[in-house]
Amino acid sequence: MLSNDSVPSLWRLARLDFDSVRNRPVLLYPEGAVLLNDTGKAILELVDGHRTLGEIAGILGERYQTDVTADVAEYLSNLAERELIRDG
Amino acid sequence: MTANLPTTLLAELTHRCPLHCPYCSNPLDMIRAERELSTDDWKRVFTQARALGVLQLGLSGGEPMIRKDLEELAAHARGLGLYSTLVTSGLGFTRARAERLREAGLEHVQISIQDADPEIAERIAGVSSVKQKLAAAAIVRELGFAFSVNVVLHRANLDRIGAIIDMAAELGADRIELANTQYYGWALENRAALMPTREQLDRAQAAAQDAMRRYRGRMQILFVLPDYFEQYPKPCYGGWGKLYIVVAPDGKALPCHGATQITTLAFDNVRDHSLEWIWQNSDAFQAFRGDDWMREPCRSCPRKTVDFGGCRCQAFALTGAAENTDPVCTLSPDRGMIDAAIAAPADSLEYRYRVIAEPQRA
Repeated sequence: MLSNDSVPSLWRLARLDFDSVRNRPVLLYPEGAVLLNDTGKAILELVDGHRTLGEIAGILGERYQTDVTADVAEYLSNLAERELIRDG
Repeated sequence: MTANLPTTLLAELTHRCPLHCPYCSNPLDMIRAERELSTDDWKRVFTQARALGVLQLGLSGGEPMIRKDLEELAAHARGLGLYSTLVTSGLGFTRARAERLREAGLEHVQISIQDADPEIAERIAGVSSVKQKLAAAAIVRELGFAFSVNVVLHRANLDRIGAIIDMAAELGADRIELANTQYYGWALENRAALMPTREQLDRAQAAAQDAMRRYRGRMQILFVLPDYFEQYPKPCYGGWGKLYIVVAPDGKALPCHGATQITTLAFDNVRDHSLEWIWQNSDAFQAFRGDDWMREPCRSCPRKTVDFGGCRCQAFALTGAAENTDPVCTLSPDRGMIDAAIAAPADSLEYRYRVIAEPQRA
């Protein structure tokens, strides 16, 4: 599980894109693809290898006017488990 | 049966290849250069594939570097937003061409390694190749491509799996695919010489799992067990005609790269039809969608939604009927032929090497 101090970065083999056929944002990587919802896209767009997980959650929390820390941590930890997100 | 949206296109650009690996899954009856699709044909197919929902493109073969138009095809694919993987032996992957491919927007290069022991590697490939592969790997790293090493495992190299993984890490690979031989095409022809022992596999699996812990976060390691040694068959790319399209060098569209061996099916060609028409309507893609085609024991089996009865190509090649249960399944009445093949590895490692046959004289 990633913590608030984790600095998530996208695996260098993965790329965020938009699939105009399915009309969904998508994370592409070798031999695979994850279709995203708008929340997932909003989180991943803030993952830049500099911001901490806490900072990402802070930005989104302000945007949605609610505490999203647990959701962001769970979402990114899940992708980290699949090696699509790296810590540091 | 309504079709899904496909996610992956494997473009077998050519069957020509400088290597002669006896485990190759290409058919024995390979397609000669003059029957290959043109540049415009392939570009049209890529465009149609993207419109149909395809996200992943494999530029494969044979050896795709043999195609002079590879850079143009890679650029076209990138323009469509496809994530492209070049599946290469590394031979012909020169710096000049690699730079042009990088410029074209190619993202991911996968280089095959036959073994960590150079002498055995070249015996398997049937040709001097190690030096070129190492040079290619260095160029891949230097130019910043996403980099995978892929290794087909069999009796002659399984015992060095640890050294092979370490070698991939030293080459700077982001990931390594360790795939035990699947017996299609040339591999089925060489099955007795390629067949590992159960003990070899157990040791290799333990070594791979140990390496996964050691390299976690640095290099992704994928280890695929051979279906012959498992209880149930593999789900063929999520089921027949569900996610995956292969286009052979001559333009035949296939639901699986081994499908041409099912001689009872006719495959439509991208020269005659759009990929969308083929995906939605062709007899070959419809043939094994859903489960109406299934026979027992699959028909009443709760696992039919898990593995879809296994591989149709393997069922046909080994039992003579593509509707039969994949014989690797322990519930199949034909499982005995798999156990017999496991029990009878060849005494020697003599291979029948992959070569493209000369045309028959009239």
